[in-house]
Amino acid sequence: MAKSSLNIVESAYRAVMEEQDDTILWLLAAMQGAGGAHTVVLRGNAVNYAISGQGAPGLTVGEWKQEQAPRMDHDVADLIDNRKIPVYVVEEDLAERGIAAATLVSGVKLLSRAALPALFADYEIVSHW
Amino acid sequence: MPKKTLTFALMDAPYESANLTTAFRILDAAARRGHDINVFAYEGAAGLAFARQAPHPNPVHGKNLAEENHPTTKDQVAALLVEAAKNGGKVDWVNCGMCVDERGVNEFVAGTRRGSPADFQAFTDASYNTLVIPTK
Amino acid sequence: MAHYLLIESRDPFESNDVGYYYELAKGLVDAGNGVTLLLVQNGVLAARPSAHSAALSALRRSGVEVLADDFSLRERGISTLADGVAAAPIDIVVDHLEAGHKTLWH
Repeated sequence: MAKSSLNIVESAYRAVMEEQDDTILWLLAAMQGAGGAHTVVLRGNAVNYAISGQGAPGLTVGEWKQEQAPRMDHDVADLIDNRKIPVYVVEEDLAERGIAAATLVSGVKLLSRAALPALFADYEIVSHW
Repeated sequence: MPKKTLTFALMDAPYESANLTTAFRILDAAARRGHDINVFAYEGAAGLAFARQAPHPNPVHGKNLAEENHPTTKDQVAALLVEAAKNGGKVDWVNCGMCVDERGVNEFVAGTRRGSPADFQAFTDASYNTLVIPTK
Repeated sequence: MAHYLLIESRDPFESNDVGYYYELAKGLVDAGNGVTLLLVQNGVLAARPSAHSAALSALRRSGVEVLADDFSLRERGISTLADGVAAAPIDIVVDHLEAGHKTLWH
C-alpha cells in the first residue's frame, strides 16, 4: 500500500518551457499513476501555477517552433480532476502576490500558512520540492 | 543499528550545485553504516552516473591531469556502490529514463540502471525513510 | 510526539524565503513536535554572529535544536557561532533518517 505523501512545491517556472511541464507536478502525476497517494501544497511563487488562463506561446528559434507549450493551470486542474491529487495553495502567499482567489483553477483548496505544520502529521512522507 | 532501507531523490546536474557535495556526504554516511540505499536520480541528476565523464587538468592552477585529480560524479557514484557493499548494504541507483534520453547520457556506471517514476514510487513505499533533495 | 529534521541550505542574505522555513520550524515545535534545524552549505552563513543570526538564537530559545554542518562551517571559515547554534557532523542526517524522523530539505 502506498505511503501517504505531502509534497510542498515552491519551485516555480524553473524549466517549464524547456520541459513542457513542471518537473515536480509531472513526477507526482506519474507516481500517482504507479499507485501513489500524493497531496500537493503550492507555496511561494508556485502558487502562481494555480492562476487560470495563464500560458505563453512556445519558443521559436529561427524556423524551429515549440508545439506543446506548457499550461500550468491545465496541469494543476489535471492533478485535481484526473489524478485525484488534492492541491492546496497557501493563501498568504497568494495575498502577498496580489492574486485573488477568484482567479484560481477550480478545485484548489486554500490553506493558511499557520495550518501547514498541523498538516504534516497526516502524512507518512513530507517532502519539499 | 539494524540495517534500514533509505531512499533519496536527487535533482541537481553534476558540477552545478553544492547540493551534490552534501548529498554524497549523506549517502556516504549511510553506506558506511551498511544501510540499503535507493537513489532516484531525476532531471539533471540523471547525468551523475554518466560513464563518459572525463577529468581535466587545471591550467589556471598549473596542475596537470594527474595533479588536479578533478572529481567526477561517476567516480563518486561508483565509490558509493563499493562502500555500501563493503559494509553489507547495497545501492539501487536509478537514472530516470526520460531525463537520461533528453540529456543524451545513456551510458551509466556499472551497477546503476535506467528507470522511471514508478521506481521512485516503489522505493518510497518500500523504504523506511525518504529524503528529497530538490533543485533550486 | 513526532520529530522533524529540517535541512536549510539557503541563507537569509541571498534568499528572503529562509524566514518561511524558520517559521515552519517554530510552528512544528509549537505544535508539540521535536524539531532539529540543520544548516548546510550557505545556510551556515546565518550561524556567524551577524545581522541575521538573532533569528536562529530565537529559534533555539523556542525549543528548536539549531545545528550547523561542520564541513560547511570550515569551508567558509566560520569558527564562532551565534548563541544557540552548535556545529554537527553530517552523520546526524542519517541518525534522524534511521530514527524515522520526517526529513525535509529547503
